[in-house]
Amino acid sequence: MDISFQINGTLRSVDVDENTPLLWVVRDVIGLKGTKFGCGKAACGACTLHVDGEAVRSCSYAVKYAEGKNITTIEGLGDADNPHPVQQAWMEEVVPQCGYCQPGFMMATAAMLDKTPNPTDEDIDANIVNVCRCATYYRMRKAIHRAAELHTANAQNS
Amino acid sequence: MKKTLLPILSIMLLIGSVSIGFGYSEKEGEELSRSSVNELPQQEQNESLAAFNTMMKVLTHKRCVNCHPAGDRPHQGEDSHVHNFGVRRGPDNHGVAALRCETCHQEENNEFSGVPGAPEWSLAPLSMAWEGLNRIEIAKSIMNPAINGGRSLEETVKHLTEHELVLWAWEPGVDADGTPREKPPVPKEKYIAAVKKWAETGAHIPTE
Repeated sequence: MDISFQINGTLRSVDVDENTPLLWVVRDVIGLKGTKFGCGKAACGACTLHVDGEAVRSCSYAVKYAEGKNITTIEGLGDADNPHPVQQAWMEEVVPQCGYCQPGFMMATAAMLDKTPNPTDEDIDANIVNVCRCATYYRMRKAIHRAAELHTANAQNS
Repeated sequence: MKKTLLPILSIMLLIGSVSIGFGYSEKEGEELSRSSVNELPQQEQNESLAAFNTMMKVLTHKRCVNCHPAGDRPHQGEDSHVHNFGVRRGPDNHGVAALRCETCHQEENNEFSGVPGAPEWSLAPLSMAWEGLNRIEIAKSIMNPAINGGRSLEETVKHLTEHELVLWAWEPGVDADGTPREKPPVPKEKYIAAVKKWAETGAHIPTE
């Protein structure tokens, strides 16, 4: 079945079984490897990306639901020359250890900041429930607050 | 002697038949008091109460109550434990900014991951909390427009018998281990017929 969507600003059509997880399509069909497979049960959040701006666990999201929608992966959030505030903050705070789960955390954080630009620790606890086996949570919390500062500054300057 | 016994025997027989009648009624109505339906003909009373009993076997089932919590945390599973991952109600009953119901739950069950799904997957508003209520209280809740979303009886029946999220209870899919989720103890068609029968016979709520 042909399914079309925008991914990181580019229109793509894929011919796959409509119930294929979006994660499979993003990684194995389109070749964007930044989004990670963790548990396959929407429990760990490593596969988090955005669909129309909302955080989605792509391992449990059939690609048929993506028809006509805008998908953003970690590759489309920003790049080395123009990082998203979340990516910038992650670098400043040297958050990752092994790094495997970090794209999911960053995508969830970016989704939160869009709606909650100045999150409290309680907001962070309620919104960011992904799992990091390296336990980088302490550094992530600092990075999230830093990202909020950068996000707000960017908004004021634009 | 016979002339004096006859009226007494007649009265005893009459009392006996009334007693038998009440006895039958008690059995049909099970443990329910019928004070609120005693204006109805007996057969209709029995049908109304039977329909109520059938309907409430479903509405008190975990497939319904797990998402009608009394607090801000949904429940899940056959043991109705608090939803994993600290999932919260949020301002619109669909979760919080980056952890929406639809972050994981889509419009259909996902048989690969075991994540259940149906259209409009969300918590019932807090005013419609059923957790901790008995079936009489639940019935009063669904009949009260002040807390049932302003639904009329007709709209309530439509919601209870046609809404895809309600009817998901009979298509609950499998859990993360691939184990089929438990369905309500009444077949869907029998439940729908019971809801309609209960409404047709006045939607009476027994007093227990």
